[in-house]
Amino acid sequence: MKPAGHVLPLLLLAALLVAPWLLPEFHITLLNYIGLYSLVALGLVMLTGVGGVTSFGQAAFVGIGAYTSAYLTTVHEWSPWLTLPVGLLLTALVALTLGLVTLRLSGHFLPLGTIAWGISLYFLFGNLEALGGHTGISSLPPLNLGEHELKSGGEYFYLIWLCLLLAVFAIRNLLDSRVGRAIRALKGGTLMAEAMGVHTPRAKIVVFTLAALLASVSGWLYAHLQRFVNPTPFSLTQGIEYLFMAVVGGVSHVWGALVGAGLITLLKQGLQDWLPHLLGQSGNFEMIVFGVLMIIVLQRARDGVWPLLQRFFPPPVVRAPVGDVAALPRRQRPSAGERLLEVKQVSKHFGGLVANDRISFDVRAGEVMALIGPNGAGKSTLFDGISGIEPLTSGAVSFRGENVETLPAREIARRGLSRTFQHVRLLPAMSVLENVAIGAHLRGRHGLFAAACRRDRAEEARLLREAAQQIERCGLSEHLTSAAGSLPLGKQRLVEIARALATDPCLLLLDEPAAGLRFLEKQALGDLLRRLRDEGVGILLVEHDMDFVMGLADRVVVLEFGRKLAAGTPEEIQRHPAVLQAYLGGIE
Amino acid sequence: MDLQIALLLGQDGIANGAIYALLALALVLVFAVTRVIFIPQGEFVAFGALTLASLQAGQLPGTLWLLLCLGSVIALIDGWEAWRARRFKKLPTIVLLNGGAPLLLAGALLTFSPADLPLTLQVLAALLIVVPLGPMLYRLVYQPVADLTVLVLLIVSVALHVVLVGLGLLFFGAEGSRTPAFTEASFEIGGTLLQGQTLLVLLASAVLIVALYLFFERTIYGKALRATAMNRTGARLMGISSRLAGLLSFGLSAAIGAFSGILISPLTTIYYDSGFLIGLKGFVGAIIGGLASYPVAAAGALLVGLLESYASFWASAFKEVIVFTLVIPVLLWRSLKTRHMEEG
Repeated sequence: MKPAGHVLPLLLLAALLVAPWLLPEFHITLLNYIGLYSLVALGLVMLTGVGGVTSFGQAAFVGIGAYTSAYLTTVHEWSPWLTLPVGLLLTALVALTLGLVTLRLSGHFLPLGTIAWGISLYFLFGNLEALGGHTGISSLPPLNLGEHELKSGGEYFYLIWLCLLLAVFAIRNLLDSRVGRAIRALKGGTLMAEAMGVHTPRAKIVVFTLAALLASVSGWLYAHLQRFVNPTPFSLTQGIEYLFMAVVGGVSHVWGALVGAGLITLLKQGLQDWLPHLLGQSGNFEMIVFGVLMIIVLQRARDGVWPLLQRFFPPPVVRAPVGDVAALPRRQRPSAGERLLEVKQVSKHFGGLVANDRISFDVRAGEVMALIGPNGAGKSTLFDGISGIEPLTSGAVSFRGENVETLPAREIARRGLSRTFQHVRLLPAMSVLENVAIGAHLRGRHGLFAAACRRDRAEEARLLREAAQQIERCGLSEHLTSAAGSLPLGKQRLVEIARALATDPCLLLLDEPAAGLRFLEKQALGDLLRRLRDEGVGILLVEHDMDFVMGLADRVVVLEFGRKLAAGTPEEIQRHPAVLQAYLGGIE
Repeated sequence: MDLQIALLLGQDGIANGAIYALLALALVLVFAVTRVIFIPQGEFVAFGALTLASLQAGQLPGTLWLLLCLGSVIALIDGWEAWRARRFKKLPTIVLLNGGAPLLLAGALLTFSPADLPLTLQVLAALLIVVPLGPMLYRLVYQPVADLTVLVLLIVSVALHVVLVGLGLLFFGAEGSRTPAFTEASFEIGGTLLQGQTLLVLLASAVLIVALYLFFERTIYGKALRATAMNRTGARLMGISSRLAGLLSFGLSAAIGAFSGILISPLTTIYYDSGFLIGLKGFVGAIIGGLASYPVAAAGALLVGLLESYASFWASAFKEVIVFTLVIPVLLWRSLKTRHMEEG
């Protein structure tokens, strides 16, 4: 990394430190607001750009933070430092309720819920006598540090920007951790993450609550900076404006929040001076410009403004893991020949279509069982049923002696079953290392707070070492830090296998692992699977390459039109009349 | 509350509920066909009502300029594309449809002073101005992002909503309008006065719902829309253009919105930003139907109307709070009913 890359950030930090001495009061006020808005927009970046859900009601959470403090400090004369945790607690309660209510529905119900919530809270603020109705609450006490009361804009400037930079620091740490990877998988990788043991609904609620808490802190700071609150700044319109900031700045980038908040605030300032003259009447017409701007950004440059600025800053570092850390503990190996998986009379219907019809077989530790059959025979459907991705219509699946057919995918993963997908499910923008590390999710336990303040580093190093080892095993070491999406499809399948191995599985479900591989790569894959078998792992394999299957499998099950057609050793199957009939056509 | 007040409130609630039901149907339609959660639906309600009001006041409404603007922009963009693709035969249609037709309408309104026209023609003129805005906005705003996620489409919708509310303020000012009733007739049933306009709202809503049903069941375009709603790719393979389906559903939705606005503006004062809350109440109904079921959405919307009406009697200041907080238990109920993992 060139030292020159660090000059600009350091200059900016220095500029921030001296700003209150150099700039006039008006500019400091503007910078204070930019800081406050950035805090909220930062939460939206987490939520929208990283987590793939969004909220139009962030202003309402700002309102909860502000009103809680306003009410408690004026009516009950509490110290503002005590009202902050109360406000955060209230915000978390509301966010958790909203999150719990909408989390099982598809993604767009949460934002719709936040619109309704944003409106009703706004009307509530405006109509509750205790909160001063539409006139609001005035003469809030200023914040104090011991005896010293913070009164000038400059003093608040330091406080606000300290909070903001701390939040940015914590969030960057968080995203670069075990929990962070789970959160990043929410956008476009929910199914895969569930199959790797991530509790995705919980991860979704965590980001939503986190974004709400950031908004609440912003509200608390705002209330004591202004020393006055009324409902207007907490309306739905303001909530929408926060989202504009995040999107215009760059919704997938932490710094985009600051850029967006700055741009929109300055633009608003300019437009509010200029538009009334142009249009000959007053009103918040700047929203027309913002809306159009937003539509153009979404149509033309969905990544916002930040990517344009990014090249002036040091590039993000992709860390290669260090070698000399202890390996992660492994699960107790099943004894050789233990019956790992038993599929009993499993059926799956989609409406009138019978994809799986009363299928039964078992897989033992230390054997490769192949599932073959023509396209549309129901092999991948069966995989989804066994691994808990799709509920079965009827039948039972037992894994290591326990019935698992009613468990969600993440619980089955916890018990030692892992899988790959026929249609590769990687997070294309993330590095191969991080993608594989998602597989090791259940083998770490540090949570949100440990990650935010970097208390998880020892565990993180072990997780990454494990991931790197599995990558090496699959012959992908040279691609460790490449973006997963940049690999050819065959290698992406190998990344999927590495990810499944990182879970330390007893049973591996591989859906067409050899598709798209070259001859030598296929041989290497065959060797890897044999080694795994010798270690006592059970392997259930769907594959179309018959040479590959017959050379590897101990037993074979043949499916056709959702039914089990035949089962036996590769030699028996190759001579089986019904199989020959299905594959080659009958002899008239 | 005595029986008489209860009946009066019920009458109010059902009339509003009927409007919410129409909007809920339009929202479900647009969502099913295009995956767009059409937040700006409400703006069409306000635009419909306020455009009629300004025609009646003898002014040319701002929405007409919007129509001319959008039309010319589309004529330019589509014309340029056709030119580059060397499809010169398409040029006249593009220019006449997007640029010529709005100009013709503007010319007609300038020639005949709209204030003196009979009510039916005024209504027709207002619809002719507002309804084409729907497909035009689809073309300019949604079509370039039509393949993106529901989430991006939703953010686009919210942005468009903000733009349209701002334009509403610019066009019609902050003052509200109320248009004269279509009918002054009133009936007395069981000691309660039943307003003719309320009946008219109910009747018109019922007719519209039946017409929509027939459209979807009997006409080829209706069937094409249903096919697109069920399976976009499949419909496309069968030669149904998803662009056409989008334009058509936005046209229908704009028509339902504008007509709803015209229907209720004699009953309640409409401001430039009233549409949003009205539309959102349709939304609550649509959410009750899970954005998928037409009859449940309509029933839900009626329920919202009644709830709002009685809430305004018991706790008028908290009317909106009650209606919108209702979404939470509804979402909870829906969430308990679903047991399906979806790829986000």
